Amino acid sequence: MRYPSAPALALLALLALPSCFTGKKNQGERLYVQHCSGCHGEQGEGLGQLIPPLAGSDYLAQHPSQLACIVRYGLKGPIVVNGVAYNQLMLGVQDTTTHQHLSPAQVTNLLNFIEGHWGNHPGPAGVRTIAGTEAELRACTDR
Amino acid sequence: MFLKFLPLAGLLALAGCGTSTPANDTGIADVHMDSEEATSATLPYLGAEGKKPVPDFSLPDQDGKMVSTKTLAGKVYITNFFFATCPGICPKMQSEVLKVYKQYGQDPNVAFLSFTIDPEHDTQPVLADYARRLGVAAPNSTWRFLRTPDRPTAYKLASNYLAAAQTDLKAPGGIAHSGALALVDDQGYLRGTYDGLNPEQVALLLRQLPVLLNEVNSRKATAAR
Repeated sequence: MRYPSAPALALLALLALPSCFTGKKNQGERLYVQHCSGCHGEQGEGLGQLIPPLAGSDYLAQHPSQLACIVRYGLKGPIVVNGVAYNQLMLGVQDTTTHQHLSPAQVTNLLNFIEGHWGNHPGPAGVRTIAGTEAELRACTDR
Repeated sequence: MFLKFLPLAGLLALAGCGTSTPANDTGIADVHMDSEEATSATLPYLGAEGKKPVPDFSLPDQDGKMVSTKTLAGKVYITNFFFATCPGICPKMQSEVLKVYKQYGQDPNVAFLSFTIDPEHDTQPVLADYARRLGVAAPNSTWRFLRTPDRPTAYKLASNYLAAAQTDLKAPGGIAHSGALALVDDQGYLRGTYDGLNPEQVALLLRQLPVLLNEVNSRKATAAR
């Protein structure tokens, strides 16, 4: 697949702009509550040793460039988070019962919310941008 | 007959994602409303065929011990249907049941039953591991994870407890099921049903459980006299 051209990117950025001027404030938090909190908990606390926490998660800090792909396509197989082994299938957002496809802008807002709360920190690239998320999503490996 | 409520599973699952599903979309809203009124009095007897106890069952739990309607006699119990690899509604549902367990898990008159609907995968060691991961694996824990012999039996059992479950390859994990919780009294009668994905419904269960326990205690006191 070809990379989107610069004009296409500009168009996407423009399309994303209205979200700054309408009632889309705190979109990341609202998306978290809608799509993630059922399993990961209202405060990112996780569920026992079934569902890993997002709060203070070393996994988030160590895999910043994979998070957009995990949100969209889910995660399968064993992982270790804060020293605890987990092995539960995670569905990508669009595969859950909501079947909602999150745009790069929405994924960006969602991850900025998660990385900005509960003792987490933005990755080395700083606060996420839509362009950065798009680049991450293009690099997702087949799952 | 409850399979006709299957589209409900999706709706219920939606509710778990933070959007609120109006109660009258569940098809059992009238029951819930009756139950709501009943918090100050006694809980209603549920079931389409009138006052009738749930059919007998006898199944092995995560420790290999048999749990049956006989071993449960005299106890109030709460049921749900799940499978260990369920990536959809189960974590949310179990975290809601965990709230009830945290308050009533030490009460010897209350039992928690989670029936697997994927017994091929969910063998006894898998169920034991699941209980451990959920943090409820203490010896003699009152939360029992029961292995049904096969899926059809599990689906039938689910309908006995007003939950819906059936194979659906399009559903997450290959099984479509509802997050319904059932409350059963000491004599085996269904006395409440709640959407286990809806925190408000679970709060209602937490208000109704002591009402039922009071009734059971007074029944036992009368019998002892």
